[in-house]
Amino acid sequence: METITSDVAIVGAGGAGLRAAIALAESNPGLRIALISKVYPMRSHTVAAEGGAAGVIKDNDSFDNHFNDTVAGGDWLCDQDAVELFTHEAPKELTRIEHWGCPWSRQADGHVAVRSFGGMKVERTWYAADKTGFHLLHTLFQTSLKYPAIERYDEYFCTDIVAVNGACQGVVALEMRTGQLRFFRAKAIIIATGGAGRIFPFTTNGAVKTGDGMAMAYRVGVPLKDMEFVQYHPTGLPGTGILITEASRGEGGILVNRDGYRYLQDYDLGPPDPWPRKKAMELGPRDRLSQAFWHEQQQGRTIKTVDGEVVHLDLRHLGEAKINERLPMVRELSRSYVRVDPVDAPIPVRPVVHYTMGGIDTDTNGATRIGGLFAAGECACVSINGANRLGSNSLTELLVFGARAARSAADYVAGGASAVSDGLLMEQVEAAENRVLTLFRKTNGNEDIVGLRRELTATMEAGAGIYRSEDSLRESCEKLQEIRQRYSSIELRDKSNVFNTDLTEVLELKSMIDVASALAVSAYHRTESRGSHQRLDYTERDDKKFLRHSLATYSAQGEPHIDYRDVVITRSQPGERAYGGNQD
Amino acid sequence: MRQAFRQLEVLRYDPDTDSAPHFQTYEVPCQDDWVVLDAINYVKENLDRTLSYRWSCHMAVCGSCGLVVNGESVLACHAFLRDYPEKIRVEPLGNFPIERDLVVMIDDFVEKLRTVKPYIVSKKERAIEFGETLQSPEKLAAYKQYADCINCLLCYSACPQYGLNDNFVGPAALALAHRYNLDSRDVGRSARADVVASNPGIWECSFVGACSEVCPKNVDPAASIQQMKIAITADYFMRLLMPWRKP
Repeated sequence: METITSDVAIVGAGGAGLRAAIALAESNPGLRIALISKVYPMRSHTVAAEGGAAGVIKDNDSFDNHFNDTVAGGDWLCDQDAVELFTHEAPKELTRIEHWGCPWSRQADGHVAVRSFGGMKVERTWYAADKTGFHLLHTLFQTSLKYPAIERYDEYFCTDIVAVNGACQGVVALEMRTGQLRFFRAKAIIIATGGAGRIFPFTTNGAVKTGDGMAMAYRVGVPLKDMEFVQYHPTGLPGTGILITEASRGEGGILVNRDGYRYLQDYDLGPPDPWPRKKAMELGPRDRLSQAFWHEQQQGRTIKTVDGEVVHLDLRHLGEAKINERLPMVRELSRSYVRVDPVDAPIPVRPVVHYTMGGIDTDTNGATRIGGLFAAGECACVSINGANRLGSNSLTELLVFGARAARSAADYVAGGASAVSDGLLMEQVEAAENRVLTLFRKTNGNEDIVGLRRELTATMEAGAGIYRSEDSLRESCEKLQEIRQRYSSIELRDKSNVFNTDLTEVLELKSMIDVASALAVSAYHRTESRGSHQRLDYTERDDKKFLRHSLATYSAQGEPHIDYRDVVITRSQPGERAYGGNQD
Repeated sequence: MRQAFRQLEVLRYDPDTDSAPHFQTYEVPCQDDWVVLDAINYVKENLDRTLSYRWSCHMAVCGSCGLVVNGESVLACHAFLRDYPEKIRVEPLGNFPIERDLVVMIDDFVEKLRTVKPYIVSKKERAIEFGETLQSPEKLAAYKQYADCINCLLCYSACPQYGLNDNFVGPAALALAHRYNLDSRDVGRSARADVVASNPGIWECSFVGACSEVCPKNVDPAASIQQMKIAITADYFMRLLMPWRKP
């Protein structure tokens, strides 16, 4: 197997990976940086983020406000030291992206414009119309072309992290064009592969979001933290799951049920007027809005369609001019995919899996417990999002922690990484190679990737959806164990070496099984309700037992082992999450 | 939901085993709100695991699934079956070498994009402490349209000039050069001129306008190229008439 040597290898070239690559190139132009991704950078799912990126910049706002909104929004499961530094670095990172050319929307006086977002006390979300993730990703990608030190390996599919004696030594990746495996030897690795929404059947996440980086880190012994916390975005299009941004509510859109009634007022988010107003009604946090939908559905007050139950997102009162200026993509998506022009009619929407709060356990420098292994962005859990992420914190997060992980990786490399014998190293590389070859050469397999994947996503929705219970979760855990067994009987139908997506989908399914197991087992053991994790059998938050992060550790034999670690509390003691008329 | 069978004629080519590309036909039960990508996904999931193609977002923003459908360059996730006859021919993007099946090699575009310096060139990098650069909504509007390019490469597929001469820098890369030239924060126009104003740059374009017709994001690369031709011609005459002035 060919070895490609660099100082730092980054896996994933979305927002976090690109930000990390640029930070490395700037920190030391002599560093050799390998940027490895299973897709071209501009195809990464950062591209689909719409509404904006949060960062304190206006005089009416403060770091304290951003801190308090984030911590309460996360139902006090955020590490407060992490949130503190996040809020302070946020405006610097957003300004840097401005200097690099991001077309932020502007006020008449030329200053950056900000908009309201759910759970935020003050409008602080920077935006580029409703294509913020797209512009941010392309700005980063195009800026990265300035740096010759960044060597890109586009369409290389990583299969394994190679770690020897607790220190990371590189990754093994499949060059999709040739079907050849390569060993990317590097002193430090940054994982930036995004979330894992595809383990659910109905998701805003693109096909690439299969949790590969999370699973790779997990398999070499890094725990996955707080995996039970999955964000349902309240407004996805039925059928496709296409995201309709929260900015539509930030701009004044309302949600109504079958009777045209703004039902959120019945769920501690009202009164409905005056509207719009911060941290109330449609600008409540996402977990609460998605849960309210579930209750409306239970009571038969949602609207039946061929693609499932929906409520209506009504933007008509905003008028055509404002919709065109602030929400052009929402209008286009709605017209194309559900044939509704929001200027004339309300958009049918339903909750849809959107974001994984949990991820690879890292500290505030992006470091994991394995030397030289770092992670940033949605695949990581620092944790600033706690039990429920506030909309527009994640684009900022990938910038802040992408840059931080890069700086600590650079320090790690400068500090002289531990040397290991080539023999030990190559043993692991060959083991990784053999796993792929075994899969490739297998015959007489009777399992089918598509059916197995469908069973996996179905059991996640049934057992680990918006509301969960011991029974539903036990069933999912058992089902996942069964799927894990059956996985080894999959036989590839495509034996070509060139761009073999039968092979990569089967490899992705392995990641999905690992991540889904960590999620379901963590959820089973958290016998409380907090943020996005709602248990029908344990309906209250239990700070005595569960003001703690869950840590799922991989076991090759069966289900993960679950440990807990105390949440870092610096200055905000757990309190009531107050929205609507209950706010102070 | 109405369901009807469609005939999908898909171009197949595996360089490991095939001497030349050929078509394979699939009968696909399609729902009437599907896009072409849904039909292709149906094939992959139910009929043929060996079909290779790219896709991800299914919302016309990642730019992965550009294909030629019934002769026209489109995003497969934004090509609605309701707009097509029963028989649908699916081919990879034109003007790029086929890697396999519907996957093309886009290395040439990726390299050309780098050569037009698609990033802010500034006299002196502004320190973060000085905060944001001011940019009025009017100045934003001057380049915004050209910043909407998703690099889906439908324009390269449709461009007759790129088909004839693969030295041509091509529509998307030129539009992005223009985007930065027009940005009030940028001073890189002369640095980009080497590539942009060269023969394989804007002068190669014969203004057929096919690029703008197929663009799914209304970027209008043809307009960007014409505007650059005018700007560079003006520069030329300015230098002739007023050699002491810098463009």
